[in-house]
Amino acid sequence: MSAPVSFHIHGAGVAGLCVATALVARGAQVSLYDPNGLPDTHCCSWWAGGMLAPFCEGEAAEEPVIRLGQKAASWWQKQGVDVVQKGSLVVALARDKSELTRFARRTEQHQNVDEDGIAALEPDLAGRVRQGLFFETEAHLSPRDALKKLTENLISAGVTISSEVPASNPSSQLIDCRGLSAQDALRDLRGVKGEMLVLHSKDITLSRPVRMLHPRHPLYIVPRGDGIFMLGATQIESSDRTRATVRSVLELLSAAFALHPAFGEAEILEIGVDARPAFPDNLPRIRHHNNIIYANGLFRHGFLLAPALAEMTADYCLTGKQPEVMDEYLG
Amino acid sequence: MKQFYGTSLSSPLMLGTALYPSPAILADAFVKSGASVATVSVRREAAGDAAGDAFFQLIRKLGVHILPNTAGCHTASEAITTAQMARELFETDWIKLEVIGHADSLQPDPFQLVDAARTLCAEGFKVFPYMTEDLILADRLLDAGCDVLMPWGAPIGTGLGLVNLYGLRALRAAYPDVPMVIDAGLGVPSQAAQALEIGFDAILLNTAVAKAGNPAVMAEAFAKACEAGYLGRYADPMEPRDMAAPSTPVLGKAFLE
Repeated sequence: MSAPVSFHIHGAGVAGLCVATALVARGAQVSLYDPNGLPDTHCCSWWAGGMLAPFCEGEAAEEPVIRLGQKAASWWQKQGVDVVQKGSLVVALARDKSELTRFARRTEQHQNVDEDGIAALEPDLAGRVRQGLFFETEAHLSPRDALKKLTENLISAGVTISSEVPASNPSSQLIDCRGLSAQDALRDLRGVKGEMLVLHSKDITLSRPVRMLHPRHPLYIVPRGDGIFMLGATQIESSDRTRATVRSVLELLSAAFALHPAFGEAEILEIGVDARPAFPDNLPRIRHHNNIIYANGLFRHGFLLAPALAEMTADYCLTGKQPEVMDEYLG
Repeated sequence: MKQFYGTSLSSPLMLGTALYPSPAILADAFVKSGASVATVSVRREAAGDAAGDAFFQLIRKLGVHILPNTAGCHTASEAITTAQMARELFETDWIKLEVIGHADSLQPDPFQLVDAARTLCAEGFKVFPYMTEDLILADRLLDAGCDVLMPWGAPIGTGLGLVNLYGLRALRAAYPDVPMVIDAGLGVPSQAAQALEIGFDAILLNTAVAKAGNPAVMAEAFAKACEAGYLGRYADPMEPRDMAAPSTPVLGKAFLE
């Protein structure tokens, strides 16, 4: 394939912005189109947790997620995004101890922490949880800040991000990064609904994402600083993007309350809902079909896997190098 | 093998479809195990519209019988509405009737269960009631029109196996001709073998497979355990006894010392 040097990216969520960033870094000419304009509440990555936790994700995800996800933190840092490298803490309440045993067996790169260890890492959890796992090498970021930073970088590099339908340009290669909206072209793409909350509490401080394991209502809390916490997230086989249900919100809030009663007094700032784009194996894909290159299927791993997906897409676009996540689309 | 509302199943293994790491792994578990029935939760996934359609298409592609369930319902009326929704959505009158009485232990509510079963059976549903092993409850459910019973092994998701073995044997003995499925509470394949050995006709699993490190291999292990249990039952096992009886006669054995 002769490598085009001009690319038109459709979709300005985390996938589209990362692909644009990777192409621009290699000297390609890029334009972005999203009917909804700049990243905002309409894109699924707006509602993300922003945990760069490849080893924790290894509990349920397949090997490529763990391997490719390890590249994320340094990639984001390179773009000037503030990445907090304080690890992840995984805990369970006393009666769900067996969940912790299972999680430890399924994951790598963690150390056991006891009550004192937890108190040293997160003083506000002292005495509340007695056992946990500390994943020291993991990190997190603020998704909205990261999206904003990439947008700024691209604009200052001369990339246009437009909400107007662009004039067709036959010399420009189209890259489709529309996420779930690409269901019209990728029939095996499905939505996995997620509900989340944003809380404000002055009574509790956390330094790193805390995952609380539970057989029915697992929860993670990601601190955003200034008393802001993101609580996530449900995972429901549905492409619904609008209705957060009472049950889901109750479950998330109850789990947070069980972790620390101070969350009972927290202010609810947001209740968010969207659907993640996913393929049947929940792994991302790059596809070249009908002259369009598709980069999609980041599932719950948007900020974790978009960097690797973007670099592979750029490799493919500019050098023809076959990416490991490329498959033949059978329609 | 007994028929379930006139349907013969190719395998005594029924699998739930929740909690798997991905739909691809779910599909693999069905293929490797040859499971004959897939239970699907209607309430949460569907929300009564097309939003859950992609997932349902994946389940349909498995080519197995679909047994929609009313998981998450806490009253008879909720369960009835969910069952009606399921009938439209999946074009089947099979329904696994689950009415939860206690949010923490997920223990079924026997009273609401009987009420819901009576209404649904009258509406022509083929009801698979998720129940405790209580004999009187079984009697009432059969009276209500159920032709199949689904006693629990242990509370949902605990993996404790057949906790009340005496109660389950008594239930089996009381209604020898009623098709019975052990639903919920199984954790490892040996427990499935035990269920079939003591005369149950099928087992229904979800967590034990979906949360295993390798769901497909675990599903296969359960299928093999079912087969072992079934054959063990069929072959008419010996009765346990207190007296040791050497399988090789001692008489005529050479003296070595």
